[in-house]
Amino acid sequence: MKPDARAGAVNWLYAAPALLVMGVVSLLPIFETFRLAGEFHRIAVDTRFGPVMRTTLSLTAVTVLLELLLGLVMALVLWSPFKGRGFVRAAVLIPWALPTAVMAMAWRWIYNADYGVMGDLLFRLGLVASPQTAFLADASSAYWAIVLADVWKTTPFMAILLMSGLAAIPDELYEAAAIDGAGPVRRFFTVTLPLLRPTILVAVIFRGIQTFGLFDLVYVLTGGGPGGRTQTIAVYVYDVVFRYQELAYGCALTVAMAACLVLMTSLLLAVARERRTR
Amino acid sequence: MRPTALGRALLWTGVAFVSAWSLAPFLWQVITSLKPAAEVAAVPVRYWPSAADLASYVQIFKARPFATYILNSFIVGLGTTAATTVLAAAAAYAFSRLSVPGGRAALFAILGLSLFPGTILIVPLKQLATRAGLLNSLTGLVIAYTALNLPFAIWVLKAFFDRLPKDVEEAAWLDGLSRWQTLWKIVLPLSAPAVATTAILVFIFSWNEFLIAQTLVSRDSARTVPVGIAMLSGVTVYEVPWGQIAAAVVVTTLPVVVMVLAFQRRIVEGLTAGAVKG
Repeated sequence: MKPDARAGAVNWLYAAPALLVMGVVSLLPIFETFRLAGEFHRIAVDTRFGPVMRTTLSLTAVTVLLELLLGLVMALVLWSPFKGRGFVRAAVLIPWALPTAVMAMAWRWIYNADYGVMGDLLFRLGLVASPQTAFLADASSAYWAIVLADVWKTTPFMAILLMSGLAAIPDELYEAAAIDGAGPVRRFFTVTLPLLRPTILVAVIFRGIQTFGLFDLVYVLTGGGPGGRTQTIAVYVYDVVFRYQELAYGCALTVAMAACLVLMTSLLLAVARERRTR
Repeated sequence: MRPTALGRALLWTGVAFVSAWSLAPFLWQVITSLKPAAEVAAVPVRYWPSAADLASYVQIFKARPFATYILNSFIVGLGTTAATTVLAAAAAYAFSRLSVPGGRAALFAILGLSLFPGTILIVPLKQLATRAGLLNSLTGLVIAYTALNLPFAIWVLKAFFDRLPKDVEEAAWLDGLSRWQTLWKIVLPLSAPAVATTAILVFIFSWNEFLIAQTLVSRDSARTVPVGIAMLSGVTVYEVPWGQIAAAVVVTTLPVVVMVLAFQRRIVEGLTAGAVKG
């Protein structure tokens, strides 16, 4: 059976239904967005755009960094052999698997101003003045409430990616380092961390893109409040289109958002290549 | 490397911390949902109910259309899982085994498409759905979710097909089976582990999705679980039924928790192989 042009065309038919569905649902909307987008000049004078971008970028940076640190701890713990590891791995996966919007309601209850358990716990620890603290009514604590809920939700995914990186590190390297007299801490910094770098980079890019587009957690937990102080770009676009009914400008914001994502990704990839060639 | 006593102690501290961190927010919902109504909003917070009370659970099914939400979520979840698996298997087989000119480029285009968060799709997606008469329709949700899951499913299945030995298929061709029959009768049964992994992850995604369900569905009879729960807050602004919300959170997250406990290993494998699902 020689692969000629006709066989190639017939073979494409196997992929055609899948490609068609993806084309209609994913690709067509992208073209539509560009077609509908207008009033780009408004971005320059939109007083909301700056604060929204600041919130989105800062949320992205802070949560991905915390996730990475906590994810490393998680990955190292779950990678070590111990009794009952399968069960603990399952327990750790639960935050990742639970619906974000549903857990956002659960977090609202935890942060509740009158009966919330967070206020009670922090009060007992002497960290807040009263157990009745309205976390979601204050810009700064609402921001950190989102950070905590998002880090809780997404760290397991980070940990699993990092574990796949750990799996790729050959045992001999650790043994060689141990023979050279390196303790566990030295081994972590001289063997584990450098060899994990490619995995970390992929994980950070991927999580960065996801967090930049964060919607459901913010939408359900704070609605972007108080006073728009926790509004991310995705929530803002949603409001512009569906609440203020400004389709053209909403699409323009979407294009700007996609441009930011492409820029962020290429920047990170460029940094990675720089590091590797040096 | 022999674990030292200090190492052991550190590891178990890590295990305890990681488990508590992952489970606490969910367990708090379980506790809240079992409290008698008077204790839900008690000051100071009661950490353990005086008696287990199932009234909140009865309420969500009696006073609210929760059974409908759950049924809708199951229909959408199973429909998406079936459609995605079939379409992805055919496409992955073509990309893995058949000669398709430009196949590699298509694969990376698919991957690139899947990288962007769904938030940039919703505005045009709603317009398309309106024009196609697929608003407030479970079919519309199945089509959208299938498209969003296909990139991940194609990549996982292709990776698995690549590792299958070719001689089994060649024997099947010699026996007179067509390519198409070989895929369904030989390759897919051999790939049962990868198919199961893909199906589990696709089902969890569909069960949890919020943004598209919220955008495309506004009628209560077609709502899925995450949207139904997020709506609970909107019903009464001042008297939020936290006990019922907690019960709803537990009921709707239970299928996912059971799946995670049962399929922990497959989920970890799938996430590592696909690494494209947030």
